[in-house]
Amino acid sequence: MIRHQIVKFLGAATAAAAVAVAGSAQAQQPLKIGFVYVSPIGDAGWTHQHDLGRKEMEKVLGAKVATKYVENVTEGADAERVIRELAASGHALVFTTSFGYMNPTVKVAKSFPKVSFEHATGYKRENNVGTYNARFYEGRYLTGIIAGKMTKSNIAGYVAAFPIPEVLQGINAFTRGMRSVNPKAEVKVIWVNSWYDPGREREAATTLISQGADIISQHTDSTAPVQAAQEKGVYAFGYHSDMSKYGPKAHLTASTHQWGAFYTRVAQEAIAGKHKPSNIWGGIKDGMVKLAPINPVVPKDVQEMVARAEADLRLGKLHAFAGPVKDQGGKERVAAGKSMPDDQLAVMDYYVEGVQGQLPKK
Amino acid sequence: MWLRLEARAAPSRAMRYLPPLVAAALTIVAGFAVSLALGRDPLAAFYAFFVQPVSSLNGVAELLLKASPLMLIATGLAIGYRANVWNIGAEGQLILGAIFGGGLALHLPGVDSRWLLAAMVLAGALGGMLWAAIPALLRSRFNTNEILVSLMLVYVASLLLSYLVQEPWRDPQGFNFPQSKMFADAALYPILLDSTRLNAGFLVALAVVACGWLFVAKSFLGYQMRVAGLAGAAARYAGFSARRSVWIGMLAGGAAAGIAGVGEVAGPIGQLTPSISPGYGFAAIIVAFVGRLNPVGIFFASLLMSLLYLGGEAAQMELRLPSAITGLFQGMLLFFLLGSDVLIHYRVRLLRRAAA
Repeated sequence: MIRHQIVKFLGAATAAAAVAVAGSAQAQQPLKIGFVYVSPIGDAGWTHQHDLGRKEMEKVLGAKVATKYVENVTEGADAERVIRELAASGHALVFTTSFGYMNPTVKVAKSFPKVSFEHATGYKRENNVGTYNARFYEGRYLTGIIAGKMTKSNIAGYVAAFPIPEVLQGINAFTRGMRSVNPKAEVKVIWVNSWYDPGREREAATTLISQGADIISQHTDSTAPVQAAQEKGVYAFGYHSDMSKYGPKAHLTASTHQWGAFYTRVAQEAIAGKHKPSNIWGGIKDGMVKLAPINPVVPKDVQEMVARAEADLRLGKLHAFAGPVKDQGGKERVAAGKSMPDDQLAVMDYYVEGVQGQLPKK
Repeated sequence: MWLRLEARAAPSRAMRYLPPLVAAALTIVAGFAVSLALGRDPLAAFYAFFVQPVSSLNGVAELLLKASPLMLIATGLAIGYRANVWNIGAEGQLILGAIFGGGLALHLPGVDSRWLLAAMVLAGALGGMLWAAIPALLRSRFNTNEILVSLMLVYVASLLLSYLVQEPWRDPQGFNFPQSKMFADAALYPILLDSTRLNAGFLVALAVVACGWLFVAKSFLGYQMRVAGLAGAAARYAGFSARRSVWIGMLAGGAAAGIAGVGEVAGPIGQLTPSISPGYGFAAIIVAFVGRLNPVGIFFASLLMSLLYLGGEAAQMELRLPSAITGLFQGMLLFFLLGSDVLIHYRVRLLRRAAA
C-alpha cells in the first residue's frame, strides 16, 4: 500500500529512490491481514484448512505480512464486531471464512472503503468485498469414481449439512462420478441440518450403513462419519482435510480444500496495491481442490482411472456436469454435448438421477 | 475423609455481597497463572482481557450491546430462581422471541411505523412466555422437573427456527441458504450512538432491569415468592400459592428472554438466521448468580460477563490465546463464586487421621 502510494505520487526520475525508500518502509511495516474463523482450528475440518492456508501464506511471504486470526466466532451479532475490530486495527485485508459472515462483512466494508474484504462462499460483492470459493464438486466426482468401483452393495451413503447449492453440487457430482463407472449405483442422503454435530453425523452414518450403504461420504465438518465407518467395517471418504488417521482402514481418500496459494496471491496483490476483489471459484485446475493420498486397498487400475479423470478435469476435457444431465424426475437439465454453466450450478436445487429419496421441500 | 464441611450457625452479614468480588479477584489471579502457564506475559493478558476492549467509545458501545441480552435474561430468570423455580431453557425462549418478533417483521414488510418495533417486542415477550408456559404447566399440573423440560425445549426451539429459515421464511433471493430476508428499517432498533452498534434495545433492557428491581424489592408478590424460595413450608402456611410462584417465575424468565431474542434479530443481526445467539440464555444463568439474583447486581454482572466475551476475542487477537479462554474464564468465575458461597455458609474442619 505504502509502496503503491509513494510510487504513484513521485515523478519517474525519483522512482528508483522512492522504491528504495518504500522497500525499507515495507520491511518495517508488514501488510496486516486478518482472518475470522467460524470454529476452533482443531486438527481437521473447514477451519483447519483455512488456517493451513494462512500458515502457507505466512511461510511464503515471511516478514511482508503479519496475520491475526480469531477462531470460533459465531455467525451472528459477534461476527460484525470481530470483523470491524480487525478492520479498525489496521488490517488492510480481511478474510471472513464462513457463509454466515456475509451480511456483517458487507456492513463493515461500507465503513472501511480502504480495506479489502474477501468472503468465502457468499454471493454479495462490493467494490471492496470479493468472494471466493472452490469447486468442491470436482473432488466429489473423483471420489464418486472410487465409490462406484469399491462398492459391493451398489449403495453409497451421504451425510449432508444443508440443502444449499454447494452441498447439492457435491451430492450430484459424487453420484454422477459413481454412476459413470457403475450405472447400478444409488446414493442415499441423510440431512443433519448442521455443519458440525459429531453426534448427529455419526448417527446418520450408522443409519445409512444399516440401510445397506457400504461407502460413506460426508459434507459436514467432523470426523464422526469416518470413525463410524471404521467401526462398522465399511469405507468412507473424508472431507475438508485428510481424515485418514481417524479411520485408517475405512478412509479411501478425501476431497481436501487448499487455500494457501489463493491467500498468498491475494496478499501479494494487496502488497503491490493491485488487489481488486472479485468472484473466485477455483477447482482442481487451480489447485484449490485436491485428493488426499489414496488408500492402497483401492486397486491400481482404479487409481489410474482416477488419475486420468483428474487430468481431464484439469485440462477441461471432463466436466462433472457434462450433458446429458437428468434430474431425479427424468427432466433433462443439460442437453448432450453441453456442460452446465456456472450460473446454473450456483442455483442448483435438485437431485440428479441416481440419488434416492426426496429433497427437503422448499 | 480429611476434610469436613460444617454448617455455620449464622453466615457473616458482611460476607453477603462479598463473594462476587472475591470470585472476580480469584478469577484474575487464576488468569495470571493460566497465562504464565501458556507462556504469555500476564500483564499483557490482563490488559488485553480487561482494559483494551473498553479503551474506545466503540468498545464501550459493544460492551453495553453485548451486556443487554445478558442483563435482560438474567433479571427474568432471577425472579424465578428466588422462588426455587429453575428455568434453564432461556436460550429456547430467546429463540421463540426472535421467531415471534422476527416473524412479525417479515410478514409486515411495508409497514413504516415505530409501532411495528413495539409490536415486535410484545410479540417476542409473548413467544418467550409461550415457550416457558410449557414447563410451567407441566410442573404445576404434573410436578414434572422444569429443569429438564425447559432445557430440552431449547433444542426443539432451535430446530423450529432452523425449519422456518430453511422453508417457509427463506429468502427467495438467497440461493437456498437458510436465512430470511433482511428486515426493513422500521423493524430495526434505532442506533443510540453514531457509528457504533449500540441501539435502543439497551434502553429496553435497562427498563426491564428496573422493573425487575421494583418487583423483587418493592412488591408484595415479589416478597411472597422470595419466602416461597427460602422456606417453602412457611410460605404454604402463610397461604402463598406455590403454583402461582411457578407460573410467575417461568413466565418472567420467558418474557425477558423473548425480548432479548427480538433485541438480537432487530438489533445487530437484522434478519433471521439458524443461529442467533452464542448461548446468551445459558450465560445469563451465570450472570444471575454472580449478580446475587438481584437486578442491580445483575446489571454489573452482565457488564463483567460481556467484558469476558470481548476480552477473550482481544486475547486471541493480541496474544494468540485459544478461543476456549473465554469459556475458561466464565467457568472459573462461577466456580470461585460457588466456592466462596460454600465457605461462607460452611466451615471446613480438618480431621486427624485417628478421628477419621
